[in-house]
Amino acid sequence: METLYLAIVLAPLLGAIVAGLFGRQVGRVGAHSVTIAGVAISFVLSLVVFWYHAMAGGEVYNETVYTWLVSDGIRFEIGFLVDNLTAMMMLVVTFVSLMVHVYTIGYMQDDPGYQRFFALISLFTFSMLMLVMANNFLQLFFGWEAVGLVSYLLIGFWFKRPTAIYANMKAFIVNRVGDFAFVLGIGAVVFHAASLDYMEVFAQADTMADATISILPGSEWSLLTVACILLFIGAMAKSAQVPLHVWLPDSMEGPTPISALIHAATMVTAGIFMVARMSPLYEYSVAALSFILVIGAITAFFMGLIGLVQNDIKRVVAYSTLSQLGYMTVALGASAYAAGMFHLMTHAFFKALLFLAAGSVIMALHHEQDMRRMGGLRKYMPITYATALIGSLALIGFPGLAGFFSKDGIIEAVHMSSTPGATFAYVLVLAGVFVTALYTFRMFFMVFHGEERFRHAPPAAGHDEGHGHGHHGGTPHESPWVVTVPLILLAIPSVLAGYFVGPLLFGDFFADALFVDESRDVLARLGEGYDGVLGFIIHGIMMPPFWLAMAGLGTAWYVYMKRPELAQKARDTLPWAYNILDRKYGFDEFNDVVFAGGARRLGQWLWRFGDTLLIDTVIVNGSARAVGWVSGRLRLGQTGYLYHYAFAMIIGLLVLILAFAL
Amino acid sequence: MIPLSHYLVLGAILFALSVTGIFLNRKNLIILLMCIELMLLAVNMNFVAFSHYLGDLAGQVFVFFILTVAAAEAAIGLAILVLVFRNRETINVQDLDEMKG
Amino acid sequence: MTFEAFLFYFFSVVLVGSAVAVITVRNPVHAALFLVLAFVATAAHWIMLEAEFLGILLVLVYVGAVMVLFLFVVMMLDINMSRIREGFMKLLPVGIVVAVGMMVVMAMVVGAQVFQVEPPVPASADYSNTEALGQLLYTEYVYPFEIAAVILLVAIIAAIVLTLRKRPDTRYLDPAKQIQIRREDRVRMVKMESEKK
Repeated sequence: METLYLAIVLAPLLGAIVAGLFGRQVGRVGAHSVTIAGVAISFVLSLVVFWYHAMAGGEVYNETVYTWLVSDGIRFEIGFLVDNLTAMMMLVVTFVSLMVHVYTIGYMQDDPGYQRFFALISLFTFSMLMLVMANNFLQLFFGWEAVGLVSYLLIGFWFKRPTAIYANMKAFIVNRVGDFAFVLGIGAVVFHAASLDYMEVFAQADTMADATISILPGSEWSLLTVACILLFIGAMAKSAQVPLHVWLPDSMEGPTPISALIHAATMVTAGIFMVARMSPLYEYSVAALSFILVIGAITAFFMGLIGLVQNDIKRVVAYSTLSQLGYMTVALGASAYAAGMFHLMTHAFFKALLFLAAGSVIMALHHEQDMRRMGGLRKYMPITYATALIGSLALIGFPGLAGFFSKDGIIEAVHMSSTPGATFAYVLVLAGVFVTALYTFRMFFMVFHGEERFRHAPPAAGHDEGHGHGHHGGTPHESPWVVTVPLILLAIPSVLAGYFVGPLLFGDFFADALFVDESRDVLARLGEGYDGVLGFIIHGIMMPPFWLAMAGLGTAWYVYMKRPELAQKARDTLPWAYNILDRKYGFDEFNDVVFAGGARRLGQWLWRFGDTLLIDTVIVNGSARAVGWVSGRLRLGQTGYLYHYAFAMIIGLLVLILAFAL
Repeated sequence: MIPLSHYLVLGAILFALSVTGIFLNRKNLIILLMCIELMLLAVNMNFVAFSHYLGDLAGQVFVFFILTVAAAEAAIGLAILVLVFRNRETINVQDLDEMKG
Repeated sequence: MTFEAFLFYFFSVVLVGSAVAVITVRNPVHAALFLVLAFVATAAHWIMLEAEFLGILLVLVYVGAVMVLFLFVVMMLDINMSRIREGFMKLLPVGIVVAVGMMVVMAMVVGAQVFQVEPPVPASADYSNTEALGQLLYTEYVYPFEIAAVILLVAIIAAIVLTLRKRPDTRYLDPAKQIQIRREDRVRMVKMESEKK
């Protein structure tokens, strides 16, 4: 098996190396062939691994492949822990990655950075696989940073755009904040457990829960809670939870395939995966779980609200991603890890689908991203329309589609949970369902139905120099097969993935990987009432989430199809609410003023006082001047005449001899 | 028998004279070199005296080496002196103040 | 006063007198000759101290070689004698004070009460100072001896290099340039019509 796992990880890396370092030699076709081949190998082998672990009941694999170094008994290793959780993640990552690879052929066909792009997404696949397959914290951190790096590079892929550079710097810096906490969290774990290996750390979780740490003098905090919250802060940055979410909407500056792969389906879910993987630790800390629950609920609801007022199609999907990540986080907080992971999987499919569909639309309209200049695309792009509809329905949780099962699972789990903050979270996620349906179908109707506003559109603002289509403003047409095939292939699991709800949520699929304390095992209690997929659907239709989703859909239809002026009216009657949402609650302004501005002011002060005054003037120039002054005095003693020196010698000699004589 | 201290005092006188010579002499670099030879001679005098009175030949070996080094020093010193004269047309110590800070 | 003491005081007076002369006489040639006298007196002292080899060495090497070198240089250089002793008298009192002070202090250090050493038994007639010194020099001090040889070599080379000068007006041939010459540099074959008379 070790060879198999290595092949899964290394195939994309090989593709990345070939396409990245020898891109000029292999050419465009060579670059995409080799990377797609690499990822395809990974995908097929991941299927085998998934079959072996999930279907054939294979043993959990937990082996060290390579020991980097041993320091003070702590082993720094590369190793793989493969169980059902990992196998599922591998499948999702390689599948979405493969789809995105294929899709990119069409999306990036005119881009001068074609080979670079393929190299980077393959490198990303490698990093993400390293992250999910890790069996120790070091490798987890490696993967964590590597995906962050690739994400940075890809957001700034069009490095000639100032906005893209701003966005990737923002993503990098915000992630740095999270990574700092993440490293501290790993440090706290190693501090207690003296090991980086997952299993050895998990075995000490109970003693760790009793250990305390005194960070501020006079206060004793539970070491486990501190470690868990620090790790979760890392996850907050990576998975874009409030208040470290600010980078994700801006990351839409990157090419759309990236938004689908990294900023919707895989990388941003790394935080969710990490918390689920650490469930044996989190289960011992109710405080950390409660914190997670509240953060997730806030993200789920309030980020969805922002999606209502965005006009950039990708940003709407981005805020939707934030909101859905919030849902997953809520599930983690409610100890329903399986539900979170389930939603992660279904979300990966339908959100990647939505992003790629959005990309398809953007391509058809020559890189126009403003929804106000779209509309009525249904008859021009039937495949994109159909798949986007499936994605949207799956997103809002329409019964029978993937999102329905996973989201309902989460909501029900939160409803039953007794973790502090669960009621608050329940109200928010329930409201979030309505909001989700509203913004999703607002986008859907604005893009595919209604008036054809693209015809009299001025030249697109978001047009970049790399995509010089000659025929501007013509009739949009369906995208080529390399774009539509991934859409269709992603639409299939968006529909079907939900039917695994039984084993995944209520069965023992994750029994090896996830640990849930008896008293908080809400999914087990839910599972008692589970009677098959059909029953779940029927039950779901009678529950409030479904009706809220339908209400949202209806509202969207009414407001954006029947009475388009209503939206404007609502904006006029509640200008303050619109303003708050339009300015995204002022997070960006706050960060700009307080953190960026504060850092700048601090830097300015350090420069003025520390650098210019203290170091330059006092220490450097001051010491030089002092030495100059002293030597200026001493120089007077140097006459250059031998006899003066001889006289000084005589005096010295006399003093020396006198010391002996007396 | 002459006591050891007689020789030592003789060496001391010689040494004091040569140091004074360096101090007094402000015109002629050659006299300076001679004074240095004289100074080394004073030191050698002490070495030989001690060697004799303590019955240890090591002192004489030392003198041997000092003479060697002194000969080398004289040769190089005179060579430098010739150079100085060639370049500056003078060996007046008072004119040689290039080392002034 | 024994004969030995007489010799000691005699040579001491000669030594100190010539040393004083070295630092006071106007003419550097005279100074050099007084220095020779001081060396000879010292050699006499050393022979009295049973350091016969060093005594002879001092005379041979110093008087014979080094001092001759000094005289050479002194005579070779065209030194302006008139300025050579200016300001000497002005400094003399200070010099005397310094010299006397230093002498007194040093005498206090090396005075009789400090170094009370029994005079050694005079060596027997068949004792050879040269042989004993040679024994020591070529066994125990053989490495320093080698180093001393190298120092002398360095001194020779340094003295030559320092004083060597190339005369710009001397004409000489450079063989390296000679063999690098090609025919084209020297001879040019020109084809031309024969001139009419």
